[in-house]
Amino acid sequence: MKTKYAPLMAALTAAALFTGTACSNSGSSSEQTTDPNEKVSLTYWTWAPNMDKVAAAWNAKNPNIQVTVNKQDGGDPAVTKLLTAIKAGSGAPDIMQAEYQKIPTLVSADALADIAADAGSLKDKFPAGAWNGVTLGSDAVYGVPQDSGPLMFFYRADVFEKNGLSAPKTWDEYATAAEKIHKANPKQYLGTFSATDAGLFTGLAQQAGASWWGVQGDAWSVAIDEPNTQKVAAYWGGLVEKGVIDNKPMYTPEWNAALNDGTQVGWVSAVWAPGVLEGSAKDTKGKWKAAAMPQWDAAAPATGAWGGSATSVTTQSKHKKQAAQFVSWLNSDPEAVKLLATEASVYPASNDAASVLTSPPAFFADQADYYAIAAEASKQMKPFTYGPNVNVAYSAFNDAFGKAAESKKASAFTESLTTMQKTTVDDLKNAGFNVAG
Amino acid sequence: MSLKKGRSKTATALLLLGAAYCLLPVLWVLIASSKSSGELFSTFTLAPSTHLFDNLADLSGYRDGLYWRWMANTALYAGVGAAASTLISAMAGFALAKFDFPGKSAVFNVILAGVLVPGVLLAIPQYLLLAKVGMTNTYWAVLLPSFISPYGIYLARIFAAASVPTEILEASRIDGAGDWRTFGTVVLPMMRTGLVTVFLFQFVAVWNNFMLPYIMLGDDRLYPITVGLNGLLNQGANQPAMYTAVVTGALVSIIPLIALFLTLQRYWQVDLAAGGVKA
Repeated sequence: MKTKYAPLMAALTAAALFTGTACSNSGSSSEQTTDPNEKVSLTYWTWAPNMDKVAAAWNAKNPNIQVTVNKQDGGDPAVTKLLTAIKAGSGAPDIMQAEYQKIPTLVSADALADIAADAGSLKDKFPAGAWNGVTLGSDAVYGVPQDSGPLMFFYRADVFEKNGLSAPKTWDEYATAAEKIHKANPKQYLGTFSATDAGLFTGLAQQAGASWWGVQGDAWSVAIDEPNTQKVAAYWGGLVEKGVIDNKPMYTPEWNAALNDGTQVGWVSAVWAPGVLEGSAKDTKGKWKAAAMPQWDAAAPATGAWGGSATSVTTQSKHKKQAAQFVSWLNSDPEAVKLLATEASVYPASNDAASVLTSPPAFFADQADYYAIAAEASKQMKPFTYGPNVNVAYSAFNDAFGKAAESKKASAFTESLTTMQKTTVDDLKNAGFNVAG
Repeated sequence: MSLKKGRSKTATALLLLGAAYCLLPVLWVLIASSKSSGELFSTFTLAPSTHLFDNLADLSGYRDGLYWRWMANTALYAGVGAAASTLISAMAGFALAKFDFPGKSAVFNVILAGVLVPGVLLAIPQYLLLAKVGMTNTYWAVLLPSFISPYGIYLARIFAAASVPTEILEASRIDGAGDWRTFGTVVLPMMRTGLVTVFLFQFVAVWNNFMLPYIMLGDDRLYPITVGLNGLLNQGANQPAMYTAVVTGALVSIIPLIALFLTLQRYWQVDLAAGGVKA
């Protein structure tokens, strides 16, 4: 008698839990359909601001394909979440913003659907480099380029004027300017070497002519510890060793404050920099100017990229065709491209970007040629191939260059490349990829 | 006498130090949330400013008041999760303390082992399990795992053993009450102070939980405060992190916890005293 109901209570508790399970399982087992009149709803994971307003324009015109935007944390977290969902077998969105450097990783995890049939014809609407980023040199199309981030140089025009300087055309001039500014006012730096922004360093290496990964037949090759990248590492290591630029990371509260109070008076960044400066250097509005990147060889101007992403359809989507239609519209329709630029504050990858971006960003209101410089930079972008373990190379960068920046020794900068190279190759081999060389 | 006096001075100093250690970060949040984004990292740390209400307005304005939805979500996760967890803990703790059934000690040992496993470790397995039934990215994904609290069951068992005399259960049975009725009208009231403790523990645990919702949820309209605020700091390289909004949001998010502790404090004190007397 005493024990009679105890198991029953346990069973009831369990039953209550399972009822909950059954109720909220939304029966998402419908098959892929091609019926054009079927109503489908798609989810889109992106971290670009106001993307829901861009999607609203599509939803208004396409009552049968409704897109819901789920805003994500920037960059890595969303990709990690997507990879987890792919491995778990459910939970992934239909559409995903994917940075170019993450696409090989996502493709090798079988996370991105090939949408060549629906989006392949868009090839001519994008710069060759951006398109290569979504095809990885194959016939497949793993997304449509959404935005790009050509490197540009930003500087405090008032400080340059005071020191009798003009925007540096070459890296030699940049070094001279950095030295002069720091000498005139020991508190001021023209820039900092940020050991937490592997993406920027990659862009600088790209500008110098490096391409860290490559495909040789059925094998990957890795070329991080190579002459072009060594040149870049030695250059920044030299500036840090001399003490003419800072060695603290970017995107910290201290760095924000330094931009705002005028101790950081320059920033090697990308086309999207005004959005950041507007937030962190509010009090200096109107004092900044944008310029093309300093060059290694002024006769052959080149630039790299920092950031930039494509919009991809995931392999878990039940409505890949409709998702591909939205992705194509988002990145190539003139109306959408304009909304991307004005609402979502990205620099669209489409060749039409120049024609929709007619007035400069608010933070650079006086610089009428802002987007002309950006368009020029876009054209000068050097080719660069990302591999399937960019995250490993980047975290090796953070570790090795973190110590190098701390030590302020140029030799430590170039030695860090050897560490990065070894870590990246070892990881590829461990993951079972063929590695050439 | 002099020894006693000296000792109490040291003790007071230590306690004051401890209090300062706990309260300084709260004070920092309070002061920092009154600064504008330009002042946040440039003016003296402990110098308050006058922008608290501007910051609150900015925070409320972020994507049509999404912050308040996060607050409501957190209240739902913590409130429903803690209430269900308390009920389940009470039932399980009572059954383990007062009934004899085969496998009882095995069940209790498994629960004890569960106390030792940090919840963070379980987040990934729970994700994989819920992904199998397609329930990730729903309210249930965060609610279900918070229903079971091994620590709560353990506490409830101790408390039921100490505060519910077997004679009263027998009296209740002799008077013709079924087990459900006995549990609802006799046992629950007697366990109340202990259950308040269980409720508070679980409420705070869910309120502050980050890992589980971070892994489970992809839709930011389902986020609790913790994950939402973290997102404001990670806007991607081409957007500035919203420090001011995050600091202000953190300040507002602890107000309900403080209110809860103040209202439930009397039960809490009774509980501590009761434990001391009855042990």
